Amino acid sequence: MSSRIVVFDYGSGNVRSVVRMLERVGADVTLTADRQAALDADGLYVPGVGAFHACMVGLRDAGGPQIIAERLRVGRPVLGVCVGFQVLFDGSTEPTSIRPVTSGLGYFSGTVERLDAPVVPHMGWSLLSPAAGSRLLAGVEDQRFYFVHSYAAAQLLDSRVAGNPLVTTAQHGASFVAAVEDGPLTGTQFHPEKSGDAGAHLVQNWLRTL
Amino acid sequence: MTVAVRVIPCLDVDAGRVVKGVNFENLQDAGDPVELADRYDRQGADELTFLDVTASSAGRETTYDVVGRTAEHVFIPLTVGGGVRTVDDVDRLLRAGADKVGINTGAIARPEVIAEIADRFGSQVLVLSADVRRSQHGNFEVTTHGGLKSTDLDAIEWCARAAELGVGEILLNSMDADGTKDGFDLELIRAVRAEVTVPIVASGGAGRVEDFVEAVDAGADAVLAASVFHFGELTIRDVKDALRAAGHEVR
Repeated sequence: MSSRIVVFDYGSGNVRSVVRMLERVGADVTLTADRQAALDADGLYVPGVGAFHACMVGLRDAGGPQIIAERLRVGRPVLGVCVGFQVLFDGSTEPTSIRPVTSGLGYFSGTVERLDAPVVPHMGWSLLSPAAGSRLLAGVEDQRFYFVHSYAAAQLLDSRVAGNPLVTTAQHGASFVAAVEDGPLTGTQFHPEKSGDAGAHLVQNWLRTL
Repeated sequence: MTVAVRVIPCLDVDAGRVVKGVNFENLQDAGDPVELADRYDRQGADELTFLDVTASSAGRETTYDVVGRTAEHVFIPLTVGGGVRTVDDVDRLLRAGADKVGINTGAIARPEVIAEIADRFGSQVLVLSADVRRSQHGNFEVTTHGGLKSTDLDAIEWCARAAELGVGEILLNSMDADGTKDGFDLELIRAVRAEVTVPIVASGGAGRVEDFVEAVDAGADAVLAASVFHFGELTIRDVKDALRAAGHEVR
């Protein structure tokens, strides 16, 4: 039976592309913000395009933090992508008109900060330095993935989920955290849904862990 | 380990068909956009750009349909430009399947719209599409309406201002070079590179593989071309092979 995936629809993200990619690899996909559906799904996909603060507000308004917490408490997989990954950290320094730092959900210890590179946004296809033993990147360790972002976590200090995070990095100017796998919680700074065949392979790898 | 130079085919879409001309005139039919998008994806294109060159609202509807059908089965980023004036226009294109949206005339008419769009969707979604030509005063000037109207804007200053207002990328199109196949306007690329830190997509004038290498050497982060790809003179792979041979990273 194919995995039942909910793409969390909280008003952020290129959800259509995400849904199409999941369908391409054979998942049974629903785009919804319904609490029960999000709790019951085999996997919850949290997309995110836009500013950190706007995404946090949207996520809160849709009850996302509670849904994610409840799933992780019982070991049910969650995948956060791009800003949907960044919100899993302690916070971000991406500016808003009202505050210098916006708090995140705090599963990953570290702060999302502006990339330090001659050309920002980091826009395009980059190689990764995969974590040893990564299941997410199995078979696509040497492939390029598509990034579009101006902010990233420079490092992951600790994870408060399973406590044994596999950290994959990439470089744009300095090194930054490109993906984390820790028990049921997975996140990628790049966009698997826009990374062609390599992205499809990675999404399949995630489905296999469900 | 740097980000790969992006090679981007550009599809000028008019009433549901891909068209291509020289210096924005004498448009010729170049095929079905969805078929071409599929072919370029399989050839290894890093992104696709659709520029909606239709003026009529019926033509616009057709473009939304084309974008939607392409996004159904092409899993690389799609940039769509043409006729974007408001935050709602951007919202609609993103919902249709675009990943990035190009803005030109709409931003010149009302520069604040750049910040409005960036605040809502983030800078990375917004591409300034600048149609630039050399003026008789010896500087670069911005044109609108597909090159038909000149503005008093200095192109270099305009690109710098748009980057400050929040565009995440600049699609820099040389009107003088467009369709000539005589090479990109390297002086223009260098001048904009010196003023902005957002990525630059070089456009206009591609003829030989060497032209793409020169554009990247001049400071472009991505290279865009239309007719050389549409009419089969070069493949994406030809361009990437040349870039790689010159020491640039490609996917």
